[in-house]
Amino acid sequence: MIPIIGEPHDRVDGRQKVTGEARYAAENNLPNLAYAVLVTSTIPAGSIAAIDAAAAKSAPGVISVISHLNAPKLPDTGGQQQESNAAEHHHMPFSDDSVHYVGQAVAAVVADTFEHATHAAGLVRVNYRPTPARIVMEEHRSDAKERQGNAPATFSKGDAEGALASAPVKVDQVYRIPYEHHNQMEPHALVAAWDGDRLTVHDSAQNIFTTRQTLAKAFGVPTESVRVMSPFVGGAFGSKGSAWPHVFIAVMAARMVRRPVKIALTRRQAYFSNGHRPLTEQRVALGATADGKLVAMIHEGIGQTNTVCDYVEGFTSPTRSMYATPNVRVAHRVVELDLPSPTYMRAPGENPGMYALESAMDEMAYALKIDPIQLRVLNHADDDPANGKPWSSKSIKECYAQGAERFGWPRRTSEPRSMRDGRQLIGLGMASATYPSHRAPASARAVMHRDGNVDVSSGTHEMGMGTATVMAQLAAETLGVPFERVTFRYGDTTLPRAPISAGSLTVASVGSAVFAASSQLKRKVIDLATADASSPLNGTDPNDIDAADGKLTLKSDPSRGEAYAAILRRHYLDTMDAAADEKPEPNDPYSARAFGAVFAEVGVDPDLGIVRVRRIVAAFAGGRILNAKTARSQYHGGIIQGIGMALLEQTHLDRNLGAFTNVNLAENLVPVNADVRSIDVILVPEDDPHVNPIGAKGIGEIGIVGVAPAIANAVYHATGKRVRDLPITIEKLL
Amino acid sequence: MHAFDYVRAKDLSGAITSGSRPAAKFVAGGTNLIDLMKSEVERPAHLVDINGLGLAAVERVPGGIRIGALARMNDVALHPLVQQGFPAISQALLASASPQLRNMASIGGNLMQRTRCTYFRELTFAPCNKRDPGSGCAAMEGENRTHAVLGTSSSCIATHPSDLAVVLAALDAVITLHGRDGERKVMATDFHLLPGSTPHVEHALRHGEVITAVFVPDAAHASHSSYLKVRDRSEFEFALASAAVGLELSGGTIRSARVALGGVGTKPWRSREAERALIGKSPATATFRDAAEAALTGAIPHEQNRFKIELAKRTLVRSLTDLAGGAA
Repeated sequence: MIPIIGEPHDRVDGRQKVTGEARYAAENNLPNLAYAVLVTSTIPAGSIAAIDAAAAKSAPGVISVISHLNAPKLPDTGGQQQESNAAEHHHMPFSDDSVHYVGQAVAAVVADTFEHATHAAGLVRVNYRPTPARIVMEEHRSDAKERQGNAPATFSKGDAEGALASAPVKVDQVYRIPYEHHNQMEPHALVAAWDGDRLTVHDSAQNIFTTRQTLAKAFGVPTESVRVMSPFVGGAFGSKGSAWPHVFIAVMAARMVRRPVKIALTRRQAYFSNGHRPLTEQRVALGATADGKLVAMIHEGIGQTNTVCDYVEGFTSPTRSMYATPNVRVAHRVVELDLPSPTYMRAPGENPGMYALESAMDEMAYALKIDPIQLRVLNHADDDPANGKPWSSKSIKECYAQGAERFGWPRRTSEPRSMRDGRQLIGLGMASATYPSHRAPASARAVMHRDGNVDVSSGTHEMGMGTATVMAQLAAETLGVPFERVTFRYGDTTLPRAPISAGSLTVASVGSAVFAASSQLKRKVIDLATADASSPLNGTDPNDIDAADGKLTLKSDPSRGEAYAAILRRHYLDTMDAAADEKPEPNDPYSARAFGAVFAEVGVDPDLGIVRVRRIVAAFAGGRILNAKTARSQYHGGIIQGIGMALLEQTHLDRNLGAFTNVNLAENLVPVNADVRSIDVILVPEDDPHVNPIGAKGIGEIGIVGVAPAIANAVYHATGKRVRDLPITIEKLL
Repeated sequence: MHAFDYVRAKDLSGAITSGSRPAAKFVAGGTNLIDLMKSEVERPAHLVDINGLGLAAVERVPGGIRIGALARMNDVALHPLVQQGFPAISQALLASASPQLRNMASIGGNLMQRTRCTYFRELTFAPCNKRDPGSGCAAMEGENRTHAVLGTSSSCIATHPSDLAVVLAALDAVITLHGRDGERKVMATDFHLLPGSTPHVEHALRHGEVITAVFVPDAAHASHSSYLKVRDRSEFEFALASAAVGLELSGGTIRSARVALGGVGTKPWRSREAERALIGKSPATATFRDAAEAALTGAIPHEQNRFKIELAKRTLVRSLTDLAGGAA
């Protein structure tokens, strides 16, 4: 009924976004609005000795200066595993005089205009009692510890050390990824307004229902008294899944000054206070037989975190499931430093982990002198090695084959420095990609109006992924009504509950609920018609009825049928509706992951060390694709971010100051158009009857996975230099 | 955020009068100044808008071209007189910033733009001798990958960010200034200053003086010139190393040569040493390498920018090679 690859409809919100009609969080200029501007810490560790706010308080327009000296103490709402999304729940804002990193909010100035608040914030004098700070991860390796994250910190089977020791061919290397930031277009912002004990928040968020719950807990009001809205999000990439300190501060300030309060963080502030991909140092050791069968895999290492957040970069996650081998040991640990809190960033765990693993696989292919694709196929995991379960579906071999053909892989000569184009050294590299297919409980409602229009709603988020478009498509196809007739509403906690939009689970979770609500609505109308003596469908078998173009038709006799609208009108019904609460099956007998293969061609100037990506071909199998256009856009975005990760992105940390230094978009480099040449994405058809009711695996993150190692492997092929610390900048190739 | 007043100057003398007040600053395109005001690195009390002064013509004058100080970067880059007689100027401008910025930013403002040293812009927790004289330099022992290796002092290792200024230094440009005492002219090579112990003093412009024009003399090495910029990102990034070169070749010999480097110096780095190594020689890789060695003699690296010494040499060799028409 619904094709595997759906229609490439334009984004429903595209026009609003490009014309400026779309209203983002900071644009909710409520009546009587006040503006809060944060004063942030300038030392990495220690405590606040004194705050002199006298000058700020007497500055024009200032309403209040808030700090730990006068703020209400918010309770610990629990960590992200406890139905909370407080990013730094071990230290709620303004709870005491402690300082945990540079850029921590230590005070907020509330004023009648943004300019007055900004000016007065500069007048607040904070004196600190600094204590010795832990800044450089490498200096604190010995303090690495295991911390519970999304994936268990360790996993092992067989005897990895023994098998590695006796393996005829070995690769054992350390790979590093620097601090990186999300660099989404829209910096974090919210407007909070109290009406008695009722709270309304206009946020830029990936997780409005959990924010609602967290704020209710923190401010001691019933969950139903809190409404969070986030209809438009100007990019997030994981940085808006948590309630960061500024969220609590705005809500607190609004209650204290009894006015709506806006906080719009500056770009600079958001580099310190809203998460980053942490620095990781990953050892991968592979052992193989001479004919290329992996006999041992070890993946272990450390990532930065701090003591106020719970974040763990679970970079060993993909290694547990990627290749078939009898002996595996993985362990990811954290080092707590006096630095800002890390957080989820596009394909957390998988993306950094696959950079290390797929680089090591390339090194192994060279050590074995076999083709990199052949090595991967030889070690293909027919079932999930992490748990022995069968895959719900897996099409990575098709991805290798179709990607290789489109890319022209057979033309590659395997010897490094063997391909040239004029002055340029040419390198071709590839890597596998994978991301788990998650699903979370979600609800949706579908309402049909007597004019045949349909409203579908679920309180999910649209951060540019195309959710609003594909959900309308899914409802239209399920109900058999024209796409233009369907409106999808989202981004509001008054709508049916939806999960966080992260982990590529939105389509699988919200889509399953939209599918269920739409299916039920269709069935309700069918039941009404078949029981209706006035209907041409009276007495027919509901299973014999098809819906298309707003009309129900008998499959066995297409001359019999009538429009949805006609049925509602005849029954004097303004609307009919259906609601669905969907959740994944417990004890799923299948393992589910999306897979892909990424191919990169680079040109390297051998004298100047400049690397440019000439083209990327990537083949992905992500189950059913609801919209070929928005899906490609997702993949393109991931690939572009992967190009940045490979060649450009790094947030520099000053080891003396304990502070990030390149905290603006001029110095924190992400790819520009000129860095992105040809991207060719192959949507490999995949019919997955097991993963979830709609057969979609989720594609938001896998697009970035595998890109950095494919490029790094291409750089090795071009130059013969193996760069094991990202990004691959000029000085590493001179 | 600091209060300031704003006046729009109607004529040059009015601009000079307004701009001579203490803590006054001129604004043209505003692409750098406004940015620095937002981060409170610049705190003018008076902002004098000089966009109404005209001064935007690009014209032929005896012996060369005259570029008005208020001409916009894109207009200059695409001007036929510039493209024909001074290709390095056009190339340097087009390698700068982004199209949007180039549509706004003026030639005078380009010369006045301030360093991209990240500590210079970070006034809450980082010392910086250029921003706050005597406070120290965080870059010396900090993040200094992008910093200078030539012309540094114990006070400052920040680079000058302009691409255009590198070409103007190479091509013997002359900058015209107007102040209360009338007009004066300064060689481009003398306009920007070494940091020494006063890194906050960056140029020869006196308070209240306006840059009105840039004169670039005609020369065979100017019409046969190029600008090569090396950076991590393909566009929209400041140079890690760049080279402005001009050669006059005849009969297999280099008759005259102009060399300046960007991205590696605390000021646009004219290298007469490199020029001496080229003149009278035949254009060959060994000659170019000698010139590059001469240009980087005395370079002082810090922890993260050692690579710039070799990168600058290779950048210079590459641009000389390409300009001389030979393959590397």
